[in-house]
Amino acid sequence: MPFQIKVHPKVYDVCIVGSGAGGGMAAYVLSRAGLNVVVLEAGPWYDPAQNVTQLKWPWESPRRGASTAFRPFGDFDAAYGGWELEGEPYTHVPGTQFDWFRSRMLGGRTNHWGRISLRFGPKDFKGKSHDGLGEDWPIGYEDVAPYYDKVDELIGVFGSKEGLPNEPDGKFLPPPKPRLHELFIKKAATSIGIPVIPSRLSILTKKINDERGACFYCAQCNRGCTVYGDFSSSSCLIKPALKTKNMEVFVNAMVREVLTDENGRATGVSYVETHSLQEYQVKAKVVVLAASACETARLLLNSKSTRHPNGLANSSNLVGKYLHDSTGSALGGVLPALFGRKRYNEDGVGGMHVYTPWWLDNKKLDFPRGYHIEYWGGMGMPGYGFGFGIQGLNGRFPDRNGNIKKGGGYGAALKDDYRYYWGASVGMAGRGEAIALESNYCEIDPNGTVDKYGIPVLRFHYKWSDFEIKQAKHMQETFQEIMHKMGAVITWGLAGPEKNYGLETPGRIIHEVGTTRMGNDPKKSVVNKFNQAHDCKNLFVVDGGPFVSQADKNPTWTILALSWRASDYIIEQFKQQNF
Amino acid sequence: MKRRDSIKAIAISALSTGVLLQQGCNENKTEQKAPEFSIDRHPFEKERDLKLMSQRYFTDDEMATIKVLIDIIIPRDEVSGSATEAGVHEFIEFIVKDIPRHQLPLRGGLHWLDNQCLKRFGKIFRECAPEQQIEMVEEIAYPADAKPEMKQGVTFFNLLRDLTATGFFTSEMGLKDLGYMGNRPNQWNGVPDEVLQQYGLSYSERELNETVKFENS
Repeated sequence: MPFQIKVHPKVYDVCIVGSGAGGGMAAYVLSRAGLNVVVLEAGPWYDPAQNVTQLKWPWESPRRGASTAFRPFGDFDAAYGGWELEGEPYTHVPGTQFDWFRSRMLGGRTNHWGRISLRFGPKDFKGKSHDGLGEDWPIGYEDVAPYYDKVDELIGVFGSKEGLPNEPDGKFLPPPKPRLHELFIKKAATSIGIPVIPSRLSILTKKINDERGACFYCAQCNRGCTVYGDFSSSSCLIKPALKTKNMEVFVNAMVREVLTDENGRATGVSYVETHSLQEYQVKAKVVVLAASACETARLLLNSKSTRHPNGLANSSNLVGKYLHDSTGSALGGVLPALFGRKRYNEDGVGGMHVYTPWWLDNKKLDFPRGYHIEYWGGMGMPGYGFGFGIQGLNGRFPDRNGNIKKGGGYGAALKDDYRYYWGASVGMAGRGEAIALESNYCEIDPNGTVDKYGIPVLRFHYKWSDFEIKQAKHMQETFQEIMHKMGAVITWGLAGPEKNYGLETPGRIIHEVGTTRMGNDPKKSVVNKFNQAHDCKNLFVVDGGPFVSQADKNPTWTILALSWRASDYIIEQFKQQNF
Repeated sequence: MKRRDSIKAIAISALSTGVLLQQGCNENKTEQKAPEFSIDRHPFEKERDLKLMSQRYFTDDEMATIKVLIDIIIPRDEVSGSATEAGVHEFIEFIVKDIPRHQLPLRGGLHWLDNQCLKRFGKIFRECAPEQQIEMVEEIAYPADAKPEMKQGVTFFNLLRDLTATGFFTSEMGLKDLGYMGNRPNQWNGVPDEVLQQYGLSYSERELNETVKFENS
C-alpha cells in the first residue's frame, strides 16, 4: 500500500496542541463558547478516576513505590514520562546542562505538580523597572487579576488573606490546619523574622460543584485524585469541555509541524499517530500551541516555509531563547523532639499546609529577585527508601531507652530504632526566580539528530549565572537558620560553593518558561500581549513559553489565567470575523 | 458527587479489587500464581514487571544466606514478625532486578562474607553456628567502629540493612508495626490536643477561625 497522509475532512475552528494547563484551559473556554475544537495530545488517555494509584498500599507495587524510568517520581506517581523518554532524545551544547521533563499523557504535567497555585504579583510583571534586569511584561497584574479570580472560582484554591504587596490574595477556600512539624517550623521561622503562612494549593477543602468531590485528606495528590478533589487538566478542564460536544480529543497524536498557506497563515497541523505511525493532517482556522515551553519552540522551529524560512513566528529569531527554570536548593534532617512521637493519622492534603513567601528587600542583598520556601516532614506513608542510612542516625542520638549506641547495628534494638525515629524528619526547599537570558536557549539540534518519528530534536544551551548561585547560597543559609532555631539536626543537603550551594540542574524544578516570550515589539518578542504570534495572526501560544519572567511562583496558575485571557481574545476575534 | 458518596465509592472500589484478586487466586490454584496489578499500569510497565518476576537473580544458596541475614537484621519481637515472615527476601529478589546496580554489591558481598567465615570458622556463613554468625555480623554492622579490613563487609551490610528495613516497613506487617494510620479517607482537623500539650504548642486564634472545619467532628 502506498504511503498516504490522511487529511481529516473537517475544518475545525481551533486546533489545540497539548492538553496540560494551557491547552486544557483553552479547550475549556473555547468549546464552551461554541467553537469547534480539536485537541491533540501526544500521549495516551488518562482519567484519575480510572487510572488509579490513589489509596493503594506500598506492597501493591513490587518495587514499593521506587521510581522507574517511566515514573521518575515513584511507581505510584500519576505522571507518565520523565527526563528521559525512550526514542525521544535531546542534546546539549557541550559544557551546558538542561534536564527536560516531559509528561506525555492527557493533562500533561498537571498530573504531577504539587498543586501550588500562586499568583504573580505586581512586581513580578515589571522586573526590569525594579532592578534593571531582564524585561518587563507588556501587561501588568491588573490585566491578569480578573482571570486569576475566574481561575480561582472555576478550579478552587485554598489559602489565607494576608494583604502582602507582591503575593496577591485570591478567592480562597479555607486552608487546612498546620501539622505538627509545620507548627515547629512556623514557630522557629517566625521568631527569626521569616514569615510562614498557609500554603495556596488547588485542592478542594470545600466542595465547589457536583462534578468534583472534596478533599478527603489522603496526602496523595501526586497520584491523581479519584474524586477530582484537586486540579488536573484532565479532570477539571478536558472532561467538562467534552460535555459541550463541541470538542474532540485525539490522543497519541504527536504533532510534527504547523501547516501554513502561501500568505503565511496557519492552516492546521500535521501529526503522527504514535501507535500506527500513520501520518495525518488536521485543518483549523486557528492554531493554539500548548505543548509546553520547549516542545512548542521545537514545533515552531520545525515549521519552516517560504514565508517563514526561520521557523514559524520567528522573524525575531527569539523562539527558544530566554529559556529559564526556577532555581532550587534543598536540605533536611530530623527533629529529635519528635522521636518516639504519638501515632495518629497525619495525612493532610497532598502537599505542604504552610509555606514562606519571599520576604526580603533585594536592595540589601547580592542577588536579584526572590524565592519561596516549601516544607515537608512528618508521619508519611513509608515507601522505597524508608530507613535508608540509619547508621548515620542511630549513633548520633540516644534511643528510646536513653542508651547511646554505635551507629548501624542489627536485631531487635535496630528494629525499634526505625519505629522510634519515624515521623521526625523535616525538610525544606527554595524555589526562586532566575533572570531570563538570551544566552539560555533551545534550538533545533544542528547535528541533525531526530527522534523515533523522524522529528528533529532540540539542543539545549543553559548555564546558571552568579545571581542564581548567590540565591542558592542564601537559601542554604536561611534553611540552616530555621533548622537550628527549631532544634533540628541537618542530615542531608548541606552544600558549599563546590556544589553551587545545592543549586539544581536547570530543568529539574520543571518550571521552564520564556521560549516564546510576549512583548509589544515584534523584534524583541515572539507573541503579543494576547499570546498571539506577531508573525502569524491565527497562531497563539498558551503554555509557559510567553512568560517574560518566571517570578518565584510556580507557573501553573499564571498559565491558566493567561490561557483564559488569550481564549477570550480569540473568541472576540471570531466574533469580529477575523479568522 | 457528594462527599459521602465519594468516600463510599472508594470503599467499594477498594473492596471489589480485593474480591477480584481473591477470585483470581482461587481459579489459578493449580497453576503458578499469576501476578496481579491493582495499580494503574501501562501495557509496557506490566510487561516489564512480569518479565522481572519471571526471572531469578539469586541462586538458592545465595537466597538461603540472605534469609538468615535479614532475620538477624529484623528479627521477630513482641510487636511483629521477622523480615522473612514479612516476605522481605522476595522484595530483595525483585528489587535487584528492577534496580540492577544493587546486584553486584549484594552478590559480591555474600561471597565476601562466606569467604571471611571460611577463614575464621572453616564454614560458609549459613553453616556457621548462630553465635559464629553473630560474631561475624558484629564485625560489619557498626561502620564507625569496624576494622579497615572489614570495609567491604560494612558496605555490603549497610545496603542489605537498608533494603531489609524498606522491605519490612513497606509490608503489611511492617506498616502495622510502625503504627502508620493513614492511607484512608480522613478529616484532618489539626494535631490532637494532647499532642499539642506535650510539645507546648497551640493553634492561634486566627488558625482556629480561618481553617477548614468539619460539620460532623
